Amino acid sequence: MAGGVVAKPAAHDKPRKHYLNHIKTFGSWLVTLDHKRIAMMYLGAVSFSLLLGGVFAISLRTVLWNGAPAGAEDGILGATMEQFYNRMFTLHGAVMVFLFIIPGIPAALGNFILPMQLGAKDLALPRVNLLSWYLYVMGLCFFVAVLVFGGLDTGWTLYPPYSMGGGSQGQHVWMSLIFAYMAVFILGFSSILTGLNFIVTIHKLRPPGMGMYDMPLFLWALYATSLIQVLATPVIGITLGLSLIEHMFHVGIFLPEYGGDPVMYQHFFWFYSHPAVYIMILPAMGVQSEIMGTFTRKHIFGYKAIAWSSIAIAAIGFIVWGHHMFVSGQSPTAGIIFSFLTYLVAIPSAIKVFNWVATMYKGSIDLKTPMIYGLNFIYLFGIGGLTGLFLASISNNVHLHDTYFVIAHFHMVMVGSTVNAFLGGVHYWWPKMTGRMYNETLGRIGALLVFIGFNLAFMPQFVAGTRGMPRRYANYLDEFTVFNQASTIGAYILGSGIGLQVIYLIHSLFKGRKAPDNPWGAASLEWQSESPPDFHNFTKPPIVTGAYDYENWEYESEEAGWRLKQEVIDTGKTLSKVH
Amino acid sequence: MSTGVAEHDTKHETLPARPPELAMHFDNMHQQFHSGKLGMWLFLGQELLFFCGLFTAYAVYRGNHQEMFHYAHYFLDTKMGAANTVVLLVSSLTAAWSVRCAMLEQRKGLLITLALTFLCAGAFMVVKYFEYAHKLHIGAVWGGGFHVQTADLPPELLAKYPEMTGEKLKDMGVGSFFAVYFCMTGLHGLHVLVGMGLYIWLFIRALKGHFNRRWYGAVDNVALYWHIVDIIWIFLFPLLYLIG
Repeated sequence: MAGGVVAKPAAHDKPRKHYLNHIKTFGSWLVTLDHKRIAMMYLGAVSFSLLLGGVFAISLRTVLWNGAPAGAEDGILGATMEQFYNRMFTLHGAVMVFLFIIPGIPAALGNFILPMQLGAKDLALPRVNLLSWYLYVMGLCFFVAVLVFGGLDTGWTLYPPYSMGGGSQGQHVWMSLIFAYMAVFILGFSSILTGLNFIVTIHKLRPPGMGMYDMPLFLWALYATSLIQVLATPVIGITLGLSLIEHMFHVGIFLPEYGGDPVMYQHFFWFYSHPAVYIMILPAMGVQSEIMGTFTRKHIFGYKAIAWSSIAIAAIGFIVWGHHMFVSGQSPTAGIIFSFLTYLVAIPSAIKVFNWVATMYKGSIDLKTPMIYGLNFIYLFGIGGLTGLFLASISNNVHLHDTYFVIAHFHMVMVGSTVNAFLGGVHYWWPKMTGRMYNETLGRIGALLVFIGFNLAFMPQFVAGTRGMPRRYANYLDEFTVFNQASTIGAYILGSGIGLQVIYLIHSLFKGRKAPDNPWGAASLEWQSESPPDFHNFTKPPIVTGAYDYENWEYESEEAGWRLKQEVIDTGKTLSKVH
Repeated sequence: MSTGVAEHDTKHETLPARPPELAMHFDNMHQQFHSGKLGMWLFLGQELLFFCGLFTAYAVYRGNHQEMFHYAHYFLDTKMGAANTVVLLVSSLTAAWSVRCAMLEQRKGLLITLALTFLCAGAFMVVKYFEYAHKLHIGAVWGGGFHVQTADLPPELLAKYPEMTGEKLKDMGVGSFFAVYFCMTGLHGLHVLVGMGLYIWLFIRALKGHFNRRWYGAVDNVALYWHIVDIIWIFLFPLLYLIG
């Protein structure tokens, strides 16, 4: 119960009913409308995708230890080493982007936490939520079909003419491409429906007394994300729909030999895929804001600045797609404008970083596992963001285009920031979602391994990139050997860090200590529910306190965690409100 | 929280004051109705962006091949297009009317307007079928597949440009026009088919008496969807048929 006065002794006799055990049949999971169960299924599926994409990454890094022997006939899985490498980098990109990063934080963590942070019983449209989940499953199945039908070697961007009607080895990826187009099309609609549901929920299910500016910043981040999901994703839908038609019937939309325009595909593709980068990073920034506040025990600094910078990033994100196309032959004027607009994105991004750092200033920093991920985030996002500025300037970009510098840059943002925040968020909400505590020491070691491995994997790529090593090649000149081997070792360390987490998190499900309702002293509403929450989320309506007013909570013990102060329960009033 | 209290809470929520249509997680009908409606509006926004790609493709190709678009538009039958426009406008009227009927609990009126909307949508698809069949028959198709014989060219085109031949049109890349034409009208046609399915669903629910003055969200939202299908056609018709 909210005050943490859980009847623990009774738990031995009769386990408390909560969302996981109130009904236990397999069928009840298949047709569930409960956002928490859908979120947990999403969490399982995106984690599986993360591991799958990780295996592809490890494979391609292994090939790059020495580079694939040029022209060698013998390889693995019925392909030469070079063909194998092409498939691995394509599938790594496609699986990571479409199956893991885009749905990762919103559909898994957001789905669980968003209604609870609003004190609501569910998302506004539960059936739409379930539909979104099944669309995701269909997309996942189509991706498995891509694997079964010989893989894909076009790069995750699926650029025509290479990706339509053929492929590097003639027709053999023809079926795979059909499945890939279907998969991304369907996953797009899954993403749209999630975003739509979040917007409706935030507008319509906020409790009395909670205005937009009273929401936790995670919700502002999800709101901005959802706007992009609803407005940008349909464009990739129509693009890949048309690509599918072009691929099968040669109608002449994108293929030049039938009168189509392949550069138009690039415009369409990046009109979605650049905003999609912000679909990936914005929710991560939301998680980051929650973690920074909770583990410094200090009201988040610059609430409105962080909130509106999310919206600003979402808005500016729509008008910068041309920076992916500086060498595609677009006009110099367009290039200059896109370059300028791209610089603008740095402003709201920097505002966020400054605010997180300011939140830590004179805070009581508690280096729990989520906080270590939070610190990783600030450091790596700083590098990822600043190298983005290098790439935004046209003259640099022409030199660095399609080199490992670009690879390192976007991995700093996508992995260094988003995956870090995802892992941080999973650890942060794990007690709430599962009702169990993981091993704190192993958690910290895992976070450290991820940090070391990640830096070792991608820092050398900045150097290799500036010295001219192009991306997407299975071989490299001898001078790049040291960078590639360092990078490969880093990938193994990163992989082992994630592997360690899989082990201790699963272990905690069975053997972990029972989690208190609020183990961190966090102040947003979800921590007033039980761990794990009741089927209806809250057994009594939560007291709407400030999301960052940590003064309302006091520490009791490790077993009981933090509890709302009695005077807050009595008066129903939050103790402080900083705006 | 003990089990007993949780059960008590569950009972508390199903007090008779809650209308049977009200879902567990909403406080009142107003909130539920407007949640659905906001969701629908966002979906319509998504629809516009979905079609946007095709309108952009249209703008690019027409901008690059103005002459070719001019010649190609003679292949489209303005009379059929105009007839379909009227049919869709009427269906939008009946769709809006059906919302009013549902609101006022006029069961007979609701059934009639739902059926009329469905029939208009069907009529639209029949006309579309004849248009498509004719084009496929003479070989006015997309991409490199365009193979219309000079004898099959539209009489209006030949009357104005007597020297025009099927070969010339093909070399001009008229396949691009038909790629855009079939993709745009095809996608729109798919939306009409979905709409027809939705109106059957509404009709069955109306027969069962599911709608009342408290709860007619489905009728309202499907009508909104139907209006956007109509509006998209309002743009397609002049852009494709009336560009002489």
